[in-house]
Amino acid sequence: MCGIVGLFLKDPDLEPELGRLLADMLVVMTSRGPDSAGFAVFGDGSANHLKITLRGTRLDDVASALADVATATRRDTHMVLSFAAGCEDQVRGWLALNRPDVVVTGTGKRIELYKEVGLPRQVADRFALPAMAGTHGIGHTRMATESAVTTDGAHPFSTGRDQCLVHNGSLSNHRSLRRKLEHEGLSFATDNDSEVAAGYISWRLREGDSLTAALEAGLEDLDGFYTFVIGTENGFAVMRDPISCKPAVMAETDRYVAFGSEYRALVGLPGIETARIFEPEPAHAYVWERH
Amino acid sequence: MPAVDLAVMTKRDLNAALHALPADTNETHWTVANPEGAHAIAAGVDAPITVEIEGHAGYYCAGMNQRATVIVHGNAGVGVAENMMSGRVHVKGDASQAAGATAHGGLLVIDGNASARCGISMKGIDIVVKGSIGPMSAFMAQAGNLVVLGDAGEALGDSLYEARLFVRGAVKSLGADCIEKDMRPEHVAILDRLLADAGVAGVSAREFRRYGSARGLYNFHVDNASAY
Repeated sequence: MCGIVGLFLKDPDLEPELGRLLADMLVVMTSRGPDSAGFAVFGDGSANHLKITLRGTRLDDVASALADVATATRRDTHMVLSFAAGCEDQVRGWLALNRPDVVVTGTGKRIELYKEVGLPRQVADRFALPAMAGTHGIGHTRMATESAVTTDGAHPFSTGRDQCLVHNGSLSNHRSLRRKLEHEGLSFATDNDSEVAAGYISWRLREGDSLTAALEAGLEDLDGFYTFVIGTENGFAVMRDPISCKPAVMAETDRYVAFGSEYRALVGLPGIETARIFEPEPAHAYVWERH
Repeated sequence: MPAVDLAVMTKRDLNAALHALPADTNETHWTVANPEGAHAIAAGVDAPITVEIEGHAGYYCAGMNQRATVIVHGNAGVGVAENMMSGRVHVKGDASQAAGATAHGGLLVIDGNASARCGISMKGIDIVVKGSIGPMSAFMAQAGNLVVLGDAGEALGDSLYEARLFVRGAVKSLGADCIEKDMRPEHVAILDRLLADAGVAGVSAREFRRYGSARGLYNFHVDNASAY
């Protein structure tokens, strides 16, 4: 069992509230996943800049060493480096050479991605999620089944720029699919089945699929149980396996689209009393994009 | 008329109070405010009372119900009225997956839609859904009646035993061993009674089609012996 949540804002007035709303949704899902939690938020960004989220120890040393090229924002065990896109090779090169112990959890123009072991409330507070602003975000509370309770095994997983995925369920063919994707040039940081699902979607998008087409292709290639919530730079998507093994409920108003593993996660959203509440159909790609 | 506010009282205390009611209780009408999707509200009640839930309920609402009338003024989560033995459960909104699962008796009325696996393994309950039902509904259903005023999703009645399925709209597909059957007068009578019980007016039993088991999966087929 795991809990997953997602919130995609249509109304810019809500953007300063994104982190607070997402944190509340995440905390309600503690009973579905008390061992670790994580979230990705799509916040500020500009065309010629990149952000990478790092996780590790002695991050202040990294910030100092790269101070000439990157602005650093430290949040507990994570740090976001923001720099001109042209400096990416320099930043990555320095990290690879000097700090191979530091993990990159996400890269993109707008994505920031945080995860840790612990109760969702603690994880949200350690990274000050309630104060974060953004257009959309996804989150996960984990009850581990397929791999160990480690920060590496926590969601979301990001396997492409400004792409992230959270998963409730388990995949049966992740080993064989991983080998196939490795032949396609993807690499994986963990043994987690959900990371393979994220990689699969990234691969389909790289090959030119739309988000909808990528998710529909997954119906053929992913064997197992899943409800996915996916964030991209401008998009938000939900997909359930063909027998809808894992729960899902959604709410939509003029101001937002929200996803929760259970309705309880949506109770605190503004205007929930009059929202259109529905369960996403199995094997149907739900995609929202902002233009 | 006890009025419980789940923002104040815990659900565990509410359920304990409901379980403690004697059969001849005078506290026959309960209201529950601020359910906020909490799980197992009014599960395990065994008394001739009415419980009105003023909002959305979470999983297993009114599960194992005996004799009580439970009304949800909102949506219900997974497994509403699962394993109900008797009584009545009325969901004014939509129901999630596995509504009425494994239930032996009583009447479950859903004003909206029910999602996947409605009536899975039903064992005698009557279910009336005024909207549509999702895929894999009535999977391995054994007894009772499932009445759907709208449409049914894929694989209706897969591996069905003796439950009767009545669908007014389109059936996306039938599951293994589920077939359409004739509507005989006794079926019309059953439908008329269930529609009346569920408060459905202006709909004729003649508008429905009946589905049931072809009974082809009841016994091991000797032709399959070579597969082992």
